[in-house]
Amino acid sequence: MGFGGSDEGYRRPSGRVTSSKIVIAGGFGVGKTTLVGSVSEITPLTTEAIMTSASVGVDETAGVPGKTTTTVAMDFGRITIDQDLILYLFGTPGQTRFWFMWDELVKGAIGAIVLVDTRRLADCFAAVDFFEHRGLPYLVAVNCFDGVQLHQLEDVREALAVGPQVPVIPCDARSRESTKQVLITLVEYVLNMRRTRQTTPSR
Amino acid sequence: MNDSDEPSNALVRPYAVTRGRTRPRVEIAIEALVETTARGRDASVVGGREQQLIAGLCALRVQSLAEIAARMQMPLGVARVLVADMAADGLVAVYEPTAVGDDAVGTELLERVLSGLRRL
Ligand SMILES: Nc1nc2c(ncn2[C@@H]2O[C@H](COP(=O)(O)OP(=O)(O)O)[C@@H](O)[C@H]2O)c(=O)[nH]1
Ligand SMILES: [Mg+2]
Repeated sequence: MGFGGSDEGYRRPSGRVTSSKIVIAGGFGVGKTTLVGSVSEITPLTTEAIMTSASVGVDETAGVPGKTTTTVAMDFGRITIDQDLILYLFGTPGQTRFWFMWDELVKGAIGAIVLVDTRRLADCFAAVDFFEHRGLPYLVAVNCFDGVQLHQLEDVREALAVGPQVPVIPCDARSRESTKQVLITLVEYVLNMRRTRQTTPSR
Repeated sequence: MNDSDEPSNALVRPYAVTRGRTRPRVEIAIEALVETTARGRDASVVGGREQQLIAGLCALRVQSLAEIAARMQMPLGVARVLVADMAADGLVAVYEPTAVGDDAVGTELLERVLSGLRRL
């Protein structure tokens, strides 16, 4: 696994380090945490963000009676890419009431994985809309709870109305190899998109 | 924590350690990396239990803001205020993430990530 891969024996980075992130979106129970955990070098952690009316800039004094809050829990994992680059995977529920968090999550991100369960496709509509709207590259990974046939992948593409260029691929969120392949597919897709854009003048 | 109609006091409590401040001195990305400086490893200059714990955490290994919040069991916003204070006091160094923009920096980052993933 390489550098920094275990929770013991940390090595200190020398000089500048930096990080990047990939967002994993999908409905509750679709397997986001499982997917993150299958490749993460740490047991997935959970962090909570609270939005009060104060944090949307109305008022700085928290705790005024009647304020509403929304809490969104994100599960995340960590992959040390090399000595000075750490990749984070953030899993978050794809629900519109959590969008305050999504803005922050997608900012500067490599791209997103929309994880879907064919039995509950509608759970990911909001996420697909959001990434389309924000122009964040994404792919659709179908978590194969009971095995998935090829024709189902095309059904998913059609049901989600995603463009022909967007990868729609099967995965097993429990498998490290499978998750690794999903991540590689996403990064390759993002790189190819950039190369195409650069060689196509005036778009 | 998920109920939207919980008493408003529950909102204030997490921010008690920041003395009620909900705005950090500087914005810090959720995946920004934090490392304790030599100054921050000197316990005598670090005030406050939370700050001491954070300094200990990030002396061992660089941690993202998200990891700090999770390991400290505090909301992200609270961790952000504390870390921003510590950075201002020279107790920690904050390394910004590399955003994947349309530039060569983004392409280089993607290539590094790709080869790193293939090596996993
Ligand atoms: N059979 C099977 N179960 C899975 C798979 N992925 C996740 N699960 C299970 O589905 C449940 C929900 O997964 P979780 O990762 O917590 O979903 P999350 O809410 O999206 O984070 C857990 O009990 C997992 O063990 C899969 O590919 N196959
Ligand atoms: Mg989860």
